[in-house]
Amino acid sequence: MRKRIAISHELSAISRQKTKNIFLGLSVVLLLIANCCMLYADAYALDINKKILPNGLTVLHSEKHNLPIIMVTMVVKAGALDEPKEKAGLAYLTADLLDEGTKNRKSSQISEEVEFIGAGLGASANSDYTTITLSVLKKDVEKGFELFSDIILNPVFPQEELDRKRERIKGSLKQREEDPSFVAARSFKKEVFGEHPYARLMEGSEETLSGITRENLMEFHSKYFIPNNAILSVVGDLTSDELDSLIKKYLDTWKAADLPERKIHPVSEEKTKKVIKIDKDVTQATIIIGHLGISRDNPDYYAVSVMNYILGGGGFASRLMQTVRDELGLAYGISSSFSASQGKGSFEAEVQTKNESANKVIEEILKQMEKIRSEAVSDEELSGAKDYLIGSFPRRLDTSRKIADFLAAIEFYNLGLDYAEKYPGYINAATKEDVLRVAKKYLDPENFVLVIVADQKKAGLKY
Amino acid sequence: MKKLLFLLIVTLIISSCVPAEVQPVNPDYIGTNGIQEYKLDNGLKVLVIEDHKAPLATFQIWYRVGSRNEPIGKSGISHLLEHMMFKGTPKYGSKEFSKMVKRKGGSDNAHTTKDYTMYHQTLASDRIDISIELEADRMQNLILDPKEVAAERNVVMEERRMRIDDDPQNSLYEEVLAAAFKSHPYQSPVIGWMSDIVSIERENLYNHYKAYYSPDNAVIVVSGDVKADDIFQKIKAAFGDIPPASGRINVTSKEGEQKGERRVTLKREAELPYILMVYHTPSFPHPDSYALEVLGTVLAGGKSSRLYKSIVYEKKLAIGASADYSGFNKDPYLFFFDATVAPDKDTKDVEGALYAEIEKIKKEPPSEKEVQKAKNQIEASFVMGQDSIYYQAQVAGMFELLGGWRLKNEYLENLKKVKPDDLTRVANKYLTEDNRTVGILIPVKVRGEK
Repeated sequence: MRKRIAISHELSAISRQKTKNIFLGLSVVLLLIANCCMLYADAYALDINKKILPNGLTVLHSEKHNLPIIMVTMVVKAGALDEPKEKAGLAYLTADLLDEGTKNRKSSQISEEVEFIGAGLGASANSDYTTITLSVLKKDVEKGFELFSDIILNPVFPQEELDRKRERIKGSLKQREEDPSFVAARSFKKEVFGEHPYARLMEGSEETLSGITRENLMEFHSKYFIPNNAILSVVGDLTSDELDSLIKKYLDTWKAADLPERKIHPVSEEKTKKVIKIDKDVTQATIIIGHLGISRDNPDYYAVSVMNYILGGGGFASRLMQTVRDELGLAYGISSSFSASQGKGSFEAEVQTKNESANKVIEEILKQMEKIRSEAVSDEELSGAKDYLIGSFPRRLDTSRKIADFLAAIEFYNLGLDYAEKYPGYINAATKEDVLRVAKKYLDPENFVLVIVADQKKAGLKY
Repeated sequence: MKKLLFLLIVTLIISSCVPAEVQPVNPDYIGTNGIQEYKLDNGLKVLVIEDHKAPLATFQIWYRVGSRNEPIGKSGISHLLEHMMFKGTPKYGSKEFSKMVKRKGGSDNAHTTKDYTMYHQTLASDRIDISIELEADRMQNLILDPKEVAAERNVVMEERRMRIDDDPQNSLYEEVLAAAFKSHPYQSPVIGWMSDIVSIERENLYNHYKAYYSPDNAVIVVSGDVKADDIFQKIKAAFGDIPPASGRINVTSKEGEQKGERRVTLKREAELPYILMVYHTPSFPHPDSYALEVLGTVLAGGKSSRLYKSIVYEKKLAIGASADYSGFNKDPYLFFFDATVAPDKDTKDVEGALYAEIEKIKKEPPSEKEVQKAKNQIEASFVMGQDSIYYQAQVAGMFELLGGWRLKNEYLENLKKVKPDDLTRVANKYLTEDNRTVGILIPVKVRGEK
């Protein structure tokens, strides 16, 4: 059920998610890797213990004894990048069905056992990888690990569960057509990424879902869910010895296998302007403007982070929010972001404004993109962005859940365990010239994809 | 935030009557006694929770004002005022507070509910002084420039379009609440009706501000890596001279007993039908609130819960089904049920399946184990929530507003005592046909993609 008891001043990442089913337990908000990798070492030293087991599993461990809780995150390198186009949704379905039946337990037994100890156990896939998480009280950690290992090592993907899940995903895709933001984002990805896997919804489509068989899932699982293709991150009230014995007991039978190779998908760099208009009976136009962006390993990532903060990433400190909301009163929320993944991601600015103001707001976004490409940012803007990016780090690691997800992510993207100490240096190194240079290089106010979901007659788009 | 907030406040309990194989949680960790309380002469209440695990602190200020306190024709005024609180004082200009917080690496936001308005910042703990200084400033010196009011009114109208008008399920929610409450202000949406928002002027906002934004109508909660006495001294210095206010209206409206089912339908562009049903229920600390809380979890606490298992998993009638007791309110509120009908299924069958589950629990108490599972879920959720200093502060603030932070312990104690029979008793008492309001979203096709 959607909770509607409070409405906030500024849109936050969490309130934006229209989660339908409330699940008791901590809501696990997965870290958006692109924006999260910041660490303020002086204020926040993490004691991380890393080792690689004989079966190839990378283990990261940090002890936190403030509460009797343990947060576990496993990242498996298996995502949309690894599925064939005609089987889009395979990675998503595989993750979603892990806890729907194993060699040892039926679907209903798993949820009953997990919920009886008040634990949280779940899995989800994104373009680059699959994440399996466990949140459990210390007193139930044995049971928690047993269930966690069972769904990763022994899922059987019952045909009945596959059929059931497939129908529900189709239903949910249909329902999400009601959300203009979803409709716009789907269209935007498709236009920006073309044939690349990043173009697709993780859930696939009605058509590709129908073509996925139980054998596909078994095969995908046995090929990718191997220890030498995975990272285990454990944070909380657990000593090294205790962790070692849990691993020995529950993950020892996990055998290494040949590491699957990840195919490199080329993405078309062709530069053209595309305008997609989708007509809907709505009072507001939902607008996304953007184009290809950068990958996570791009050395300009940090300068881009600073530049985007000033343009539209910094909430009320950003130029887009300042002009479109505060000065013009034309929107409640407006922001821009770079999603930096293993492959090249996207840059996008998104906003909702009443149909009649659509042209005005688009004009303002393009104006701001042009401005940051042609004029250096002010000293105050530069230092404000840096102070925020560096100073906000401790908040991003203020719970064991956040730390567990963070450790798995920095390992996956090869950022190094000393990322914490290095991050302030990376950000501080960005000069005004760098900001101008990356704005010129990675923003294009002429060749972009513009998607507008609106009452097109009222919007009367000029573009 | 709204979902998170809800998760936080619905999930407070510590269980001690656990089966033999489950050990009780060490009470030292729970921190229920870690709250230090102070009160200033002007009526301002201050609660401080020390937690030194990370060098961070959260500052929250709660005002006892929400849509419940709004006059007819001015719904949404509390929420618009909340927006205006970011628009500056003579000393600190528009959005200056937010920008200062961001420059220090912090986060800030605010939200308005039916009963209260809360502003919060989370910062490195050695920088929390700016919260104290700037919150004290905007409690007394808000400018409310008419031009800024006009601009922000437009922003809120955009917010309403986004949250409600273009969202079929949220639109139904508004319809159902308006039908369920006739005489109590809970009938109005927190964001306000569009025609009311348009009509709110500077003078209305100013009067609302003067009446409700005063130390005697506020509670401050600080949690994190702070020293309680230090923080209190600083708060005293910043807020101590602000005088208490008068002019607040005592809300006396009561919703009479509902005598017969009410039904509303909403026809609009949508993909799937949606059902939302509400039943009037008392709010915490009514003696029945504990059993209602556990009932909500038995019905809808995860994939092993009754509604999911029966309606979503076995019968495949809905793509999602949920129940939720909303008990933390000043006045009696509602028990919610909702379901999104699966493609090609009949809305009537889904409604019938929801009633079947309600009838089942009215006839037969759930097993001891099922009730224990619900308690374990709530307990674990609460313990895990303690990892967040924001959550700790929020729990304290919420109970303080409902009568005193010490009620938290009473709440936790009483939840432990809930027995399977209690669930059957409260289901029979409140989940009755005459006491319910049913809303149905009927999708109609207006146009397709071009």
